[in-house]
Amino acid sequence: MSIILDHVTYIYGKDTPEERHALKDVSFVVPKGQFIGIIGHTGSGKSTLIQLMNGLLQPADGMVLFEGEDISDKDYDKKKLREKVGMVFQYPEHQLFESTVFQDVCFGPRNLGLSRKEMELRAFQALRLMNFPEELYYQSPFDLSGGQKRRAAIAGVLAMEPDFLILDEPTAGLDPRGRDEILGLIARLKEEQGKTILLVSHSMDEIAGYADRILVMSEGKLLMDGAPKEIFARYRKLEEIGLAAPQVTYIMNALQERGLPVRTSPITINEAKREILRVLRHSTL
Amino acid sequence: MIRDITIGQYYRTESPIHRLDPRVKLAGTLLFIISLFVYSKPAGYVTAFLFLVFVILVSKVPLRFILRGLKPLLLLIGITVFFNLFWTPGEAALKIWKLTVTWEGIQSAVLLGARFVMLIIGSTIMTLTTTPTKLTDGIECMLKPFRLIKVPAHEIAMMMSIALRFIPILLEETDKIMKAQQARCADFESGNIVKRAKNLLPILIPLFVSAFRRANDLAMAMEARCYRGGEGRTRMKPLQYQRRDYTAYLILFLYLVVNAVVCFVLTAD
Repeated sequence: MSIILDHVTYIYGKDTPEERHALKDVSFVVPKGQFIGIIGHTGSGKSTLIQLMNGLLQPADGMVLFEGEDISDKDYDKKKLREKVGMVFQYPEHQLFESTVFQDVCFGPRNLGLSRKEMELRAFQALRLMNFPEELYYQSPFDLSGGQKRRAAIAGVLAMEPDFLILDEPTAGLDPRGRDEILGLIARLKEEQGKTILLVSHSMDEIAGYADRILVMSEGKLLMDGAPKEIFARYRKLEEIGLAAPQVTYIMNALQERGLPVRTSPITINEAKREILRVLRHSTL
Repeated sequence: MIRDITIGQYYRTESPIHRLDPRVKLAGTLLFIISLFVYSKPAGYVTAFLFLVFVILVSKVPLRFILRGLKPLLLLIGITVFFNLFWTPGEAALKIWKLTVTWEGIQSAVLLGARFVMLIIGSTIMTLTTTPTKLTDGIECMLKPFRLIKVPAHEIAMMMSIALRFIPILLEETDKIMKAQQARCADFESGNIVKRAKNLLPILIPLFVSAFRRANDLAMAMEARCYRGGEGRTRMKPLQYQRRDYTAYLILFLYLVVNAVVCFVLTAD
């Protein structure tokens, strides 16, 4: 099971004076079980990219394959795709509409035509997975706090039990604590449920600790594709396109330049701490 | 697909019509529409049509953009023409089954259809050549005299410009919410009318919530900048008539006179 993008091109406003290539010849494979970070500046094509993977947009050229089938085929059942590839948009709380949180989470499963029992079971499980406070299940979604709304909205997508979960900047507008909570929950979805995660972000620091693989988008093209350590090693190149490596990368590089024999590969604060302590211990011995 | 809807459909180009003061265009459109009702004779409509062709040529707006405005109203025009064709009493011209087409019916159907089409095209040219902001400026200016009878001219204009400004924002929002619900397998295309209307709730409710939220934010932002209505408010770019505007008024006046002559002198019964 995988999602394959094969030389995908997408054009906004085709045949109008404002025609613009949003994606140019993008190819990559998303195998099952990875945590993939998609990084790029505003307008780099990230949002277009993920909408193509969910069949919400049709490529102008190239193919998007899910389980070996071309999803833009006329007789391809989009419902099946969307059941398996869940999509959480930016500010997903703006899509809440039902009278209670629980009913809203049931919306997706109900559209799948599941039985009432199955639907409610999935809704409960999804809310549990998102650590949503039980006493709020039957509250109006409009009375919740920002972080709670967001978790309810993500649960609404999880309740369809997708194997692939695409999230577009799920931490935008949250405070640091809310951000860490959401990221922690998403990481757990991968660890415990074996879900494939695609997380769109513009902050390297945010995804450095979680992603197995990072895709860097720039001006509609896939610029880099690799493990975080490989990507961050090219931090000069990242800066050229207006992105930055995690702050830890800079610190390690600076330490090395000043003569401390540390490796520059750590990307999280904990890894950096261990590495620095290791080197210091060696040098005192 | 949702982006195809154009209200406040400004067509950007350089033309004498684009450069005119919005008040001229508003007054012109209004007078042209009135002229269609006053000079409602075949000869009057020919004159009006020629005038319209002249304005379209000067405006440099491609014809297909102008005709696009007609599309949503084709059905309405069709129904009107149809009923006039068959239900006007008079001398029979043609009999199809139980329906009779009369000569009077044909005449009134053609006249009504032509009036409709010219009316829409006339106002479409105004919106195509005037930015929404200028349009509301013009409306505010023209409503000013009515302030004496307590018409809140500035407030009406402000509401209109805010409404116009919000149309693209809300369209984008609708697009986003629609996609988000589609990603949850929502179905907007199948089922009968009742079911389809019900299926729209997952879009409409979030849309209303977001519209209220935005309105709230905007009100707060205006309040924070001490907005308190039109009283004593000055403009950065006050509307001022130029020479070309007087020329335009003159051409408009000539059209009205010529059409009056055509209708009431040359073809008087």
